Amino acid sequence: MLSVVGLSFAALLLTVGALTLESNRAEYDYYKYHPMDEISSWMVQMEKDHPDMVTMVDYGRTYEKRTISLLKIGLKTEAKKKAVWMDCGIHAREWIAPAFCQYFVRQILHAYKTDDKMAAMLTNMDFYITPVLNIDGYIFSWKDSSTRLWRKNRSPGPSGDCYGVDLNRNFDANWGTVGVSSNCSSNIYCGTGPISEPEAQAVAYFVGSRKEDFLCFLTIHSYGQLLLIPYGHPNFTASNYDELMTVGQGAAEAIWRVHGKKYTVGTSPDVLYANSGSSRDWARLQEIPLTFTFELRDNGTYGFELPEDQIQPTCEEAYSGALHIIAYAHDKTFNGAAAAAAATLWAVLLAAGVSGANLM
Amino acid sequence: MGLRGVIVLVGLMGTTWSFNATTIRPEAVSTDTFARPETTEETTEQKGAVAEEEAVEDVMATGELNPSHYPAQRAAKVVQHYLNTRYGSPYKLFGLKQVQSGNAEDVADSGRKYQLDISVHEIISDTKENCSAEVFFPRGVKQLSPQVQVSSCEELLKIDANSEEEALYQQYKTNKTLRTEKRLPDSYGHIDPEMTPFWHLGIVASSFIMLNESTENTLYNVAQVANITQLTTENDQLKFDCHVLLHDMVSQEIPQWKMLFTWSPAGGVKVLHTEQLPHVHDCEKHPKTN
Repeated sequence: MLSVVGLSFAALLLTVGALTLESNRAEYDYYKYHPMDEISSWMVQMEKDHPDMVTMVDYGRTYEKRTISLLKIGLKTEAKKKAVWMDCGIHAREWIAPAFCQYFVRQILHAYKTDDKMAAMLTNMDFYITPVLNIDGYIFSWKDSSTRLWRKNRSPGPSGDCYGVDLNRNFDANWGTVGVSSNCSSNIYCGTGPISEPEAQAVAYFVGSRKEDFLCFLTIHSYGQLLLIPYGHPNFTASNYDELMTVGQGAAEAIWRVHGKKYTVGTSPDVLYANSGSSRDWARLQEIPLTFTFELRDNGTYGFELPEDQIQPTCEEAYSGALHIIAYAHDKTFNGAAAAAAATLWAVLLAAGVSGANLM
Repeated sequence: MGLRGVIVLVGLMGTTWSFNATTIRPEAVSTDTFARPETTEETTEQKGAVAEEEAVEDVMATGELNPSHYPAQRAAKVVQHYLNTRYGSPYKLFGLKQVQSGNAEDVADSGRKYQLDISVHEIISDTKENCSAEVFFPRGVKQLSPQVQVSSCEELLKIDANSEEEALYQQYKTNKTLRTEKRLPDSYGHIDPEMTPFWHLGIVASSFIMLNESTENTLYNVAQVANITQLTTENDQLKFDCHVLLHDMVSQEIPQWKMLFTWSPAGGVKVLHTEQLPHVHDCEKHPKTN
């Protein structure tokens, strides 16, 4: 009798314990801004929750020796996969960008279960997503209210009395030519040389060593509501400018359909300002065909301090835009192969039919 | 199979991809003399001629402007600042919605004049109207402020916020004194509802500075109002001391300014004194925080 009671009680305790654990593990709030330690924990948790699909990859170090990590997301297959790159938080103060990367990860992990298109994309491609690239800068922007508007990384200048290189001027793409400053105090200081900065090096080495795999490279920023295509230097035009504009406009249309926000599409020198050394330009020079800079909400009313109640709508529209580009890249590569095969088949049949028959 | 098969075949061929031809960028609508359309090959080494940098920034568009390109956008932003200086209040704030069309022409050696058709948004009442405006950027050794004229914007400017303005004015003239504790907005984009009218006021006052400082090579927004302190009411005008952080999109800098200004519903915002604070240098070493 006592042992039965004992067993039941033990079972009860275990159940209560399990339930408590469940309810204590709060759902991650994607609609709040998170400090770096919470984002890092979240990344670890994502890998734990989806071991078959998510791998956390360490691929570099910041100036202050923190590890730069990405989440590699995809369905495991035997076939050689193509890749999609997304990075957020290259500029510390653009907090909405890391929020979007986290949202994007959550969305694709939910979508593939019910959405055949997403399942196909995750079968054929791996998504490499870096929620915060400029970790030192991001942490610094959380230090107190006076550091909130920091932009650059945290490497000390040549004489040690000023800090930070603009990572988005540090890449090896017309480096140091236009839209930069050689003064360490400037917010567009391009560094001592192309990829002088460890954060930029991390991207360059990781993506560079796999560049043939990448179909698209998306780098997420704020603010301005723009979709920028290469190149930042006004004298250079991408060989697929028309394609980039068309796909960009399709993405802007997709964005608009979500919440009516207008995003302008164009090259930086046309719609914003000339610049050099951007990660997007570098990626395009690596022959990654579809490279875009997203400048998310808003247009200047709140600027970098976008209210948390706008995180959800901003992420929803940006997701729609990003997906338009990614789906285009995917279909061009994978459905295109099917169409080519079909065309070849017809050619063979036609040739067989033509020899000895009238065309009309 | 015949002709139909041929057509189907051609159709299928058309859908296959990889059209990698080098593309000449279509000529911009404006007669931009420097940015020649040029073919480029992805594998060419970067031609990093520093000399080009100055030429690129000096030559600006003239003639008909592409409304989504930066010259028209920067000029239109100046109109926004102008409207806020003239008509802004704690309950009336103007934003630029869209540029519909624009035109720019050189005026002898004295500067450049822009003519714009824009849609303006009064943010608080959420009203939109189309306006026409002229912006003149003077050229000269000493940097002078742009001059703005606005027409056909009357409906927007007639928006009635009188009762709210009067209520706020009375409240702070006699009973309360303002001293902000947090930045507006704070790091999370949050503003206490009671502080919102003062955030607006800070933006309106900043618009005087943004208007004065604007050139064809700037694009200003208010990044943050660091603090506003109310001083003793003078001549029936509420008087304030404030510290604001501006953002210039082009340089990506955060210029900081202190201002002394007054406001009343009847008098609008009048700026008494402005002072730019020195660029904040980040000198001390920061311990690594993990």
